[in-house]
Parts: sequence; structure tokens; C-alpha cells
Amino acid sequence: MHKLLQGEPESRHFLLGNEAIARGAIEAGVAFATTYPGTPSSEISANLFEISKETDLYFEYSSNEKIALELASASANSGLRTLCLMKHVGVNVAADVLMTLAYLGVKKGLVLLTADDPFMFSSQNEQDNRYYGRLAGIPVLEPSSVDEAKEMIKYAFDLSEQLNEPVIFRTTTRVNHSSGIVEFKDIAAPQTKGEFIKDPMNYVSVPAVSRKRHKVLLDNLEKAATISDSCSYNFIKGKGSLGIICNGVSYSYVCDSLKDLGIEDKVKILRPGLSHPMPDALIKEFLKDTEKVLVVEEGEPIMEEYVRSVAQTEKIACEIKGKHKDLLSRLYEFNPSIVRSAVANFFGFENKSAKPVDTSDLPVLPNRPPNLCAGCSHRAVFYAAKKAGGAETLYPSDIGCYTLGFLPPVGMGDFVLCMGASIGTACGFSKSTGKNTLAFIGDSTFFHSGINGLLNAVFNNHDITVVILDNRTTAMTGHQPNPGVDMTELGFENYNQIDIEAVVKSLGVGYVQTVKPYNIRKTQEAIEEAMKFKGVSVVIAKEKCVLYAKQLGQGKKTVFQVNQDKCKNHRNCVNDLGCPAFYIENDQVNINPDMCTGCSVCAQICPENAISPVKIK
Amino acid sequence: MSNITKLIIVAVGGQGNLLASKILGEAALDAGIQVQMSEIHGMAQRGGVVESSILFGDAKSSIIADGEADILLGFEPLESLRAVAKCNKNTEIITNMRPLQPFTSAIGLAKYPETEEIEKLLKAKSKNFLGFDATKLAIEAGTSLSLNMVLLGALAQRNLIPIGKDLIEKTIREKTKKQFAETNLKAFNAGFDKALELGV
Ligand code: SF4
Repeated sequence: MHKLLQGEPESRHFLLGNEAIARGAIEAGVAFATTYPGTPSSEISANLFEISKETDLYFEYSSNEKIALELASASANSGLRTLCLMKHVGVNVAADVLMTLAYLGVKKGLVLLTADDPFMFSSQNEQDNRYYGRLAGIPVLEPSSVDEAKEMIKYAFDLSEQLNEPVIFRTTTRVNHSSGIVEFKDIAAPQTKGEFIKDPMNYVSVPAVSRKRHKVLLDNLEKAATISDSCSYNFIKGKGSLGIICNGVSYSYVCDSLKDLGIEDKVKILRPGLSHPMPDALIKEFLKDTEKVLVVEEGEPIMEEYVRSVAQTEKIACEIKGKHKDLLSRLYEFNPSIVRSAVANFFGFENKSAKPVDTSDLPVLPNRPPNLCAGCSHRAVFYAAKKAGGAETLYPSDIGCYTLGFLPPVGMGDFVLCMGASIGTACGFSKSTGKNTLAFIGDSTFFHSGINGLLNAVFNNHDITVVILDNRTTAMTGHQPNPGVDMTELGFENYNQIDIEAVVKSLGVGYVQTVKPYNIRKTQEAIEEAMKFKGVSVVIAKEKCVLYAKQLGQGKKTVFQVNQDKCKNHRNCVNDLGCPAFYIENDQVNINPDMCTGCSVCAQICPENAISPVKIK
Repeated sequence: MSNITKLIIVAVGGQGNLLASKILGEAALDAGIQVQMSEIHGMAQRGGVVESSILFGDAKSSIIADGEADILLGFEPLESLRAVAKCNKNTEIITNMRPLQPFTSAIGLAKYPETEEIEKLLKAKSKNFLGFDATKLAIEAGTSLSLNMVLLGALAQRNLIPIGKDLIEKTIREKTKKQFAETNLKAFNAGFDKALELGV
């Protein structure tokens, strides 16, 4: 049995935040869950995917976040408790659904989990998705810790049902990827068979219906505001004339700071866990007889501005600060030390924290940037494309492991925006500059939203080449399935498999060729031909991600070695490929046999033919 | 602050840092000690740095700011040195001294500092320093993959965290894969004995 299904009620477990959230959803009786994978939310999906094999839970990796939320909207309106989860930027993709779903509402609990990533540990931006609650007019819940996350997600379902509105559950990386001790509670039996009751005058979002539904939404929001004032996740701790308002992980840093500074009895805290709508009455009570309030929130000054407006309406003269050059930044994530200094500074307490050691005398340390894996087929494609396109061609790229190709020595990737954007931006560059343009996009990203860009490119007759890096999985986020994946290899029946070449051809692309990227010459020739073609051309480089192949037990049995007698130290292999299996010893190139995956790419480009295969015993 | 112990573990992706952290977390749970842990593994599979922080005791935060680690446990000397900003003058450093070259220095584009220099700097920046070739002990125990256990052993010997040797051994036995348990325990004890032998 899956580890999150084991364990008696009241038993205590050391869990990752994302495991705790998955368990919380199971305890809540979730029956339907959809997602598009994205860090830092991925482990929630991975666990629910596993659990769905053993239970009645319906779980699906949808091909993008918008589709995931569309399914969720239907299931929640058919009476099933539904979880839809994604990383913060995924909500941008799903936003079109969300804005009108708030009008239509839900019959049963629908929780939209957004995993925000302050500091951008693994994201292209650090947008603050609390704004989505305000934009859509729906509640936002924010847990401060791993154990609270598990309980709070259950409440999120209840709240959604109380209001008949979807609820946003907003985590940050430090909740998703922290571990702590949680206590298991009973698992509610999920209702798994839904029924949809037709009601077009409330469900079909034509203007006449939407006008009515918008009013319902605002009424629900008002109801939520009342709930916010009495919700146990919104509380005041301590008393005094100094106050801190904080949310999410900042609450932990604030509590620890007050303790470290020895001022727990001098400063009170207001912690909104249901942070939209904000608890007006509680804020008023908090501000009354308070001289100074510090608002500690990562990201945007959302609570700060709100609290200031409450003070203004209520004519409360109290100094309210948060985002300020001497206090807290809108940039990146906080930590206990940042918060402690801000608290000490603002209220005028002494900060005697330990000083970091002096690091000014350290030598320059070699970096350890992430690199494409040894033998990654992307490296081969980049090499061939560079030979074919040269330095003048523009190379928009996309989101995935291959984004790393922009780093030296590979240096392929000139413009990366968001999921699926390589094709649209390629069209824009080609039209506006008249230059040769070649877009890179992965298989999962192609299915996610690149396919729309390709369709547009064909219709508008753009002159671009698209190289689809089809590595048969969603590698970057941990090898989740996508519509091109052979699900039988993962032990699943009842899935279909989409053939990228057939899709591309059916869109009317004039030049399509599928190549095996480890064959450098053929790949280069295909890309050269494609670039000569006037109009949209597509090259599909098809080769399983080496890491995924290894996990499936399909790794190669050969490794390559440098024959030191033949090697003349041109170093083309090292300098052009940058495969991490290379190392230099006694001024000679060597290949680490533990890392080599036998792709043979370096052997093909060595001008001395000095690299050859050896069998592993 | 006194009842809180802050441990930072740094490693290169693939060195087994997260399992080591998890074992300490599980052991704390078993001992009834409050524990918070957080991990950052930006593309760890692709050779990046993996860092985890573990706070034993009455803390709510799960991360450790610069200058605030009580113990720095390093799986690789360069990474220990890179993380030294987490230390203050009272920090104890325990580290593997066997280098794992990053690609930049492996192909001669950057210079990996001499291990003697790394050792000198780490000693100068800490209250106590314990550095040894933990990879060698791991290989002797059966596999280089048990490096994490060797370092856990050394950590246990130094008696810096509120969890004893027996409990960590028990957790290793229960929570690591059956077929590796014996090797893991051997590696753990090798690390323990090495720390005992070297003293500080
Ligand atoms: S995980 Fe797969 S796709 Fe990603 S860098 Fe490694 S081999 Fe390439």
C-alpha cells in the first residue's frame, strides 16, 4: 500500500510538505485530481498518481494547466471533491478558465493549488499568485508550515463548498520542499460517482447569465469576508502597542525572530491564513491602540496596502510599513535573519545575532552550474543545429532541460519566455528581422502549448524551422508522462499515444523529418535542408532521455574511451559538447566510464577518430 | 535559542544528502524531538548543489541564514567551502575531503583549490574542524553510495545533535533499503570510528 495510505489515525510521520498536502487531500476525500507538472508542486502529483493506482481516485496529467482546470471545473460541478494543482506560472495558462469559473461557481469543493516560487529556484519568474484571488474574487488560503498545510487543505475543500466557489490554496517552495512532523487523521470516504444537473441559465456563460452570476460571485465574496473574520486560521497572538502582520512561511520567521530578540511579550502578531478576503474586523481590532505595524510578506505588498487602506478608512493613525529599502524587499524569499533585522530595525530593538564568518579571503571557487546529463540527446541536437545554422541564425528556445543549452560551451538558446513560446517568438523574430530563425521545443512543451504556435505559423505562412526535442518524457520535472509517452512502459493500460510526426504533418507543415539525434551527420543534414525550405519546416529529434531510459532499465551497455595514442588534444569534444563525462588528467582528455552513457556523439566528432567504444563487463 | 540545533548539509547532486537528512528527521520523530527540515535541489540530477537545513528543537523556521549554522556537514570539500558563509565563529565543520570536480575545473576552465588550502580555510573559519576522506571509507564499506552514512557516523560521534548513535543506527536499519542496510551500518560505524580516532 502507498505510504500515505498507511498509518493509523493519530500516528505521527516525518513528511515532505508536498507529501503532507497529498495526504491532506486524501483525508479530505478528494475524488478527482488534475495537474500539469511543475516544480515546486511535482511531488504532490507524483504521490497522487501512485495513489490513484490503488484507489478510486481519478488522477490525470493533463496536457496543460488550462485543460487541467477545465476538467476540474466539470468534475466539481458534478459533485466530486476536486483538486487541481500547478506551479504559479501554470495559473497564467489556466487563468482564462479561472476568471469565468468564479462566476459559474462549483457544486462541490474545488481547490486550485498554486505553488509559488519566491527566489525562482526553478522558475522563470517569481510572480505573486495571491493577486489571482483578488482578480477572480475568490478566497486564498496560505499555510505557514508543513503540518498546517495538511490540515488547511481539508479546510479549503470545506470553504469551497460553503461558498460554492473555487478556493486558491497558495504554497511557496519553502512549504512544498520543507519536511516536518504531521499527524495523520481519518480518511474521509470520497464520493467518486458524479452527477451533473443541467441548469443552463446558471452554467452557460452568455452575457445575460454572466451578469447574474457576477452578482452571485460578489455576494459569495462578501460571505467569505464574514467567514474570514471568524476563521480559526486568522488569529492574533500576543498583545501590546507594536504589531506584525505576516503570512505563509514569514509567520515562522517572525515567531523565531521575536524569540531570538527576546521580545515575544512586546510584539503581537496577526496571521491571516485565509488572506483573501482579509479579516477586516480582526485588522481593526489589531490596529486599535497600536503605534507601529510591520507587514512581513514575501513578494508584493498586498496585505500592506490593504491594511493601510483599512487604517485610512477607520481613521487609525498608526505607522504601517513593510516593503521599504531599509526593511523588506519585494525581491526573492525571506529568511529568519532578514526578518529578524527588519523587526529589530523597525521597532528599535538590539539585534545580537551571530555574525557570519568573513569570506572575503576565499579564493574564486569554480562554479557548479547544472549541466545537461552526460549523453543527453539534446546536446547532440544542439551541436548539429549549430553546425547547420551557424552563429547568425536566431534560436528561440523553450522551457525544459534543454533550456540549459544556452549555457557555454553549447550556447544554443537566444530567447526563452514561457511554456510553448519558442514557436510564436520565432515567427516574430523571423518577420521582424528577416533572419533565419530556428526554434527549439521539447515534446511535453509542444503538447502543452507549442502546438498552437505551430498551427499559427502554418496558417500565417511564416518562414521558420522548428526542432522538436522529443525525448519521450517530461524530463525536467521528474519524468512525468505526456501525450507522446508509451504508458505501457510505466505499467499503465488504457492510454493512447500521440505521434508527433503525424500531428505535425496533419497541420500541413511542408517539410517534416524525424531523425535520431545521436547520428550527428544525418541530424545536421536534416536541419540544413529544413532551413532551406521556404515556409514552416519541422525536424523531430527522437531519442529517449538517458536518465529516463536508465530508470526503465534500457540503458546502453557500451561506454567510450579516449585512445591516448591517437588523441592530438584538439579538444573539440570537450569544447564543443561540454559533456560532463569528460575530464582532463595530465593534460589529456579522459572519459569517466561511470558517467558515459555510450551515446557515441563525441566519437563522431573527433577528427582523429580517437574515441572508441568498449564493452562493460 | 539554546535548545535549537541548526545543521546544514551540503552536497553535490547524487551524493545522498537528502536520504541522510531524512534519516535524521525520522530519528528525531522517533525520539520525540521537534524537527524542521528544508531542501533545495535546483536541478540536482544534473550535477548541481544540494543543500538541506535541519533545525532540531523548538524552531518554526526550516531554513538557516548566513552565520547561523551550528554545524556544517559537507559531502564535498569545495561545497563545504562555498557554504562557509553559513558558519559563525562557534560553528563546527565536519566534511568529506575527497574532491568531486565540477565540470568547469574538470576540463581545465577553472581551478579547483588545493585541498590543503580548503582545509586551512575551513579550520580558520570554524571552532572545530573534522575533515577526512569519507569516500574512501564508503568504498571500503562496500559502495561509494554509502558516503552519506559515513558522514552521519562522524556527526553522531561528535555528539552535536540531540539524537544518539543508537537511534540513528536503528533508523538506518528501518528506513534504508533492506539490501543496503548492512553496508550502510558498516559505513556509519566506519565514520563514527574515524571521528573518534581523529578527535578534534
Ligand atoms: S534528464 Fe534527460 S533530458 Fe534532462 S538533461 Fe538529463 S538526459 Fe537530458
